[in-house]
Amino acid sequence: MFAVTIPYWELTIIKTVVVLAVIPAGALILGYVFLLKIMAHMQSRMGPMEAGGFHGWFQLIGDAIKFIQKEDIIPAEADQRVFALAPLVVLMSTFLLYVVVPAGPRLVVQNLDVGIFYALAVSSLGVIGVLMAGWASANKYSLLGSLRAAGQLIAYELPLVLAVVGVVIQAQTMSLQGIVHAQANGAMFGFSWVGNPFLFTQIVGFVIFLAAAQAELTQTPFDMPVAESELVAGYMTEYSGFRFLFFFMAEFGTAFALSAIASTLYLGGWYQPFFKTGIMADVLGPVVLAVKIMLVAFVIFWVRFTFPRFREDQLQAFAWKILIPLSLVNIMATAVFKVAF
Amino acid sequence: MPELPGLAKGLGVTFKTMINTWTKGAVTVQYPHEKEDLAPRTRGVIALKEENCTVCMLCARECPDWCIYIEGHKEKRPPRREGGKPRTVNALDRFDIDYALCMYCGICVEVCPFDALFWTPEYEYSESSIADLLHDKDRLGEWMVTVPDPPALEAGAVKKK
Repeated sequence: MFAVTIPYWELTIIKTVVVLAVIPAGALILGYVFLLKIMAHMQSRMGPMEAGGFHGWFQLIGDAIKFIQKEDIIPAEADQRVFALAPLVVLMSTFLLYVVVPAGPRLVVQNLDVGIFYALAVSSLGVIGVLMAGWASANKYSLLGSLRAAGQLIAYELPLVLAVVGVVIQAQTMSLQGIVHAQANGAMFGFSWVGNPFLFTQIVGFVIFLAAAQAELTQTPFDMPVAESELVAGYMTEYSGFRFLFFFMAEFGTAFALSAIASTLYLGGWYQPFFKTGIMADVLGPVVLAVKIMLVAFVIFWVRFTFPRFREDQLQAFAWKILIPLSLVNIMATAVFKVAF
Repeated sequence: MPELPGLAKGLGVTFKTMINTWTKGAVTVQYPHEKEDLAPRTRGVIALKEENCTVCMLCARECPDWCIYIEGHKEKRPPRREGGKPRTVNALDRFDIDYALCMYCGICVEVCPFDALFWTPEYEYSESSIADLLHDKDRLGEWMVTVPDPPALEAGAVKKK
């Protein structure tokens, strides 16, 4: 243990800078690895191969530079201030998600006691930004897209929350750090080396969480709000330049954050069985978490690249008639097992 | 949930494709570095064999886009036999194909009675200025080396003497 006391304001600046660096980095990594490369490979293509020399690694960074250079166009009929503010609200929701995700025993921006509750609450802030974007654009496609987004995000917020309740019951805490410790200290059939990742006991919850997260990210097959072929990217229609870049970064930043939360809830987060505490756990934590994030993100994007889009009524029916009853049954079963054992 | 097996199967297809792309390579080619193997009858560009052309204008007349421009003049040639009349032949002055207009229908190649026009599979003749897509007879003649050999005769067929 090294006892260095850093003043509160310095610590805050360091944490802010780290989170500000993690969002674009996470978005770039997910965008490059999955959107450009894995999707290409799943379609028997190579993806970008030229930019930057090695397998087109520079492609997305170059795209970002291009976006920043572009003119900031605001439609004449648009509500100027709301239009300009909307991408920031969406990005802010992503930014706030990172506050509670632990990357090691001491590597966490703020370990809130109501961590997972807070994460789910701020993740739904994004829908306000989406509604603002759609309303302020003065474009019927944008408005339709944002209304669809609102309807969808509200519908899928429920199974997301209800799926997490199972984990919370089992871990007996809402703090994400506490949930990781509960998994690290648990045992499966008296075999405690890998702890007890809730993936096995909460497999139904995990599947529901992934499906709902997919819908929260408005990714195919739940991409009705941004349906390119009918709504021309929905609420993003009128956006260009760096404001569009903000939406793009928020989408993939949120994918990164939700993958991180899913791996914390169900795969044990930063925990690896070799170093439970101490400095090595802090050093290995981010690496282990990154590997788990990539695994969860692979599943999310694999589904995205495979399935076609749901129709609007199918989309709502899937949430209300299948996911929500299933997650309620899951909560009941978890509660019964918790009391019985 | 009768849809589940189908969904799983779909995931399997994309996963298998991904593995195949990793191990065996993609079906696409990295174009400027490697090129596709084209079929011998690919319609890339039209080559002109100038000495076969008799300036009969059939191709120019049949062209649906009117993208072939031909000019010629008559020339006297010495008679075939001693004391005969001098022959008159058509000499080609200009033979241009405007590839900005051409729709690659191949009617000119079909209609040519003297085998002066050929398809070749070459396709790398894009230009930054649209006017440069007008190929003159020298440029069209340069494509002749790329014309693939005609397909072999069928078994039993006799080559014309």
